[in-house]
Amino acid sequence: MTKSELIEVLAHQQTHLPYKDVETAVKKLIEQMSDSLSKGERIEIRGFGSFSLHFRPPRVGRNPKTGAAVPLTGKYVPHFKPGKELRERVNAS
Amino acid sequence: MALTKADMAEMLFEELGMNKRDAKDLVELFFEEIRAALEQGEQVKLSGFGNFDLRNKNQRPGRNPKTGQEIPITARRVVTFRAGQKLKSRIDVFEGEAEEETNWV
Repeated sequence: MTKSELIEVLAHQQTHLPYKDVETAVKKLIEQMSDSLSKGERIEIRGFGSFSLHFRPPRVGRNPKTGAAVPLTGKYVPHFKPGKELRERVNAS
Repeated sequence: MALTKADMAEMLFEELGMNKRDAKDLVELFFEEIRAALEQGEQVKLSGFGNFDLRNKNQRPGRNPKTGQEIPITARRVVTFRAGQKLKSRIDVFEGEAEEETNWV
């Protein structure tokens, strides 16, 4: 399912809302989630899951072509932990 | 402070002028439809954010961490999230401290 298919499904269920509004809303929601994580703020959705940032400490990497050692700085990566309901529903079917 | 469904509904109300009832319902449905698709075994791709993929895990040996007793972890299907390039590069420039991680045991 893609973003546009999700918009389609939601618009179909909320028929009293103009399609355009549902479309804008979904885009805004995804934007808000991205903004939140980009600021280091967690997202917690009961029954769905939580998104947070995990820190990757600095390490010495290698240029795969030359084999030369390259120092890499620490960085944050996004992490998703599925919630209980999502875990159970996905595993039940 | 973490972002919650209430914050998300509030944003739809404030920024799009959607009434509170509709905003709350839409946020709820947004997550429900993603769950439903995954439950059906369908991958979910939200461009600009990331993909929710499904993986089948085989049974593997495990342990009860308290007693040390060996118990198999049964085969299961799990959801994984892969952030998209756009989200990754936005997070890449984040330099502050992320909020304290809660480790549930």
